Amino acid sequence: MRTHTSATPTSSGTASSTVSAIELSDVDFGYTSSPVVEEISLRIDPGEYVAVVGPNGSGKSTLMQLMLGLLRPDEGVARLFGEPSHQFDDGERIGYVAQHASASKEMPITVREVVKMGRFPHVGFGRLSSEDWDIVDRALDTVGMAAFANRRVTQLSGGQRQRAFIARALASEADLLVLDEPTVGVDMESVEAFYNLLDSLNSNGITVLLIEHDLGAVTEHADRVICLNREIYFDGSANEFVESDALARAFGTTANLLGGSR
Amino acid sequence: MTYLSVVPLQAGLLDAVFGPFYWFLNYWSEVMSWAAGQTGLEILQYGFMHRAILVGLCIGVMAPLIGTFLVHRQLALIGDALAHTGFAGVAVGLFLNAVLDLGVSPYLTAVVVSMIAALFIELISEATDAYNDVSMAIVLSTGFALGTVLISINAGGLAVGVNQFLFGNLATVTQDSAAILLLLFVIVIGVVGLTRNQLLYVTFDETAAAVSGLSVSWYNRIMVLLTAMVVVGAMQIMGVILVAAMLVVPVAGASQVSRSFNESILVSVVLAELAVVLGIGVSYYAEATAGGVIVLLAVAIYVGAVVLGKLQAATGEEDTPEMGSIDVSDAKQSDD
Repeated sequence: MRTHTSATPTSSGTASSTVSAIELSDVDFGYTSSPVVEEISLRIDPGEYVAVVGPNGSGKSTLMQLMLGLLRPDEGVARLFGEPSHQFDDGERIGYVAQHASASKEMPITVREVVKMGRFPHVGFGRLSSEDWDIVDRALDTVGMAAFANRRVTQLSGGQRQRAFIARALASEADLLVLDEPTVGVDMESVEAFYNLLDSLNSNGITVLLIEHDLGAVTEHADRVICLNREIYFDGSANEFVESDALARAFGTTANLLGGSR
Repeated sequence: MTYLSVVPLQAGLLDAVFGPFYWFLNYWSEVMSWAAGQTGLEILQYGFMHRAILVGLCIGVMAPLIGTFLVHRQLALIGDALAHTGFAGVAVGLFLNAVLDLGVSPYLTAVVVSMIAALFIELISEATDAYNDVSMAIVLSTGFALGTVLISINAGGLAVGVNQFLFGNLATVTQDSAAILLLLFVIVIGVVGLTRNQLLYVTFDETAAAVSGLSVSWYNRIMVLLTAMVVVGAMQIMGVILVAAMLVVPVAGASQVSRSFNESILVSVVLAELAVVLGIGVSYYAEATAGGVIVLLAVAIYVGAVVLGKLQAATGEEDTPEMGSIDVSDAKQSDD
């Protein structure tokens, strides 16, 4: 498990370097009798840019839910910033971006109102202060969505919507960004811009964990790749991943690096 | 009219709770009488209309308020299910009064039974990981069946009084039930006011809300309990069968024309109040049942909102602003 440390970019020291962002040790999880993930051990340090890849049904999303404490492992321990994941209560440190938030398709809500939610863990039952609103507006600026602040989210393109969700994570001042197949349904051009955004955020010290289907994007942007199909087939730098045969073993023979196995 | 003798069970502690509401009801009645004197409107001259109007105004605020959170989670029908269990609660109350002579307001037992059913639905959905139509339909029909059985066992005089619960009635809004509604109103508005951030987050993106540390299941329980309160409160005028419409129709109309979430809540309340006030007026002068008239008006307003929304989309097409460039330089500046 030492191989990946070389891929760690210069960490900006937002968290103590001795505490991992995410740590799983010997984690098993399954519904009824069939295991979904088995014997997963991994450690993600602050500042890393990690992609989890794997075929459909390989347990990627389950793994993410275990990491975030949304599911509890049957065996083993999942930790977030050193605490057991299910007890972790610094929710604002994690920004979560899903494929699509279901309600975002119809609900009347503006981009700014979505980004505002990033401040909710900070304000609790109170109101947002002017300082909170400054942070919201700065997050909108950062992702280049300031001009869309008062647009209804339903009117946005897929790429714009995902930028809004990133802005929500920034407003929350998250230092770990978890993205579950964020570019599904986003046009090619926006996908490129989206990954560039992730790159810049990562070089500013935000830890990025990307659950991804698009292998081309992963190998181009992520520093470290974890290839999963119920168990870990590969865990190392993106370059080594391209050269290894892990892909063929995990995906079977159909996949190739051009993606398209969707 | 001395309410103390009417409700022996509610004396003592309950009386202390309801006291201010009775005071407010009397005050409201004076205001309305004064308004009647000024305008000469016949509708404003009767005590029962004073209460009906107040109850209607409260429903017009809290039903769309709660409905906004339900509709955007595809939970529109939970109101219907809870209203039918509320009917069972009414029957329980009538039954207890007839058998044990308790003298408790049927609306009070309806609130209790409906809230228990709400928690039950929520716990089923937590165990099965989904709100499913099947469990909702089972709760709905169980509630209604229980209600009809209790009432038929008790037969005779009781069945006569059931219509007002099924279809609602302006004339039967008593001091007691109006006071209960005011209490429910205060609780609902207070709780939503306190937890509005959390309820919005859970409604919009349940997983992200859970990741950010909110206890999603607790907020869901709060939500269904509030729904039970609103539904039973609104039942007096709207009736069991039509009450769910007040949770859904104004909200659906508002989301056609609103841009932001806050705006949609405001608009839905305005639309609901419009339907309620017009509906009470029309039903009084046309001698039609208020619940039905209010719902028909609400639907007409909804249709209007759909047309307006389409017009807005067609004519008010804003030019797409330039997407700003990505500037991460200050993304983490407040972090240390």
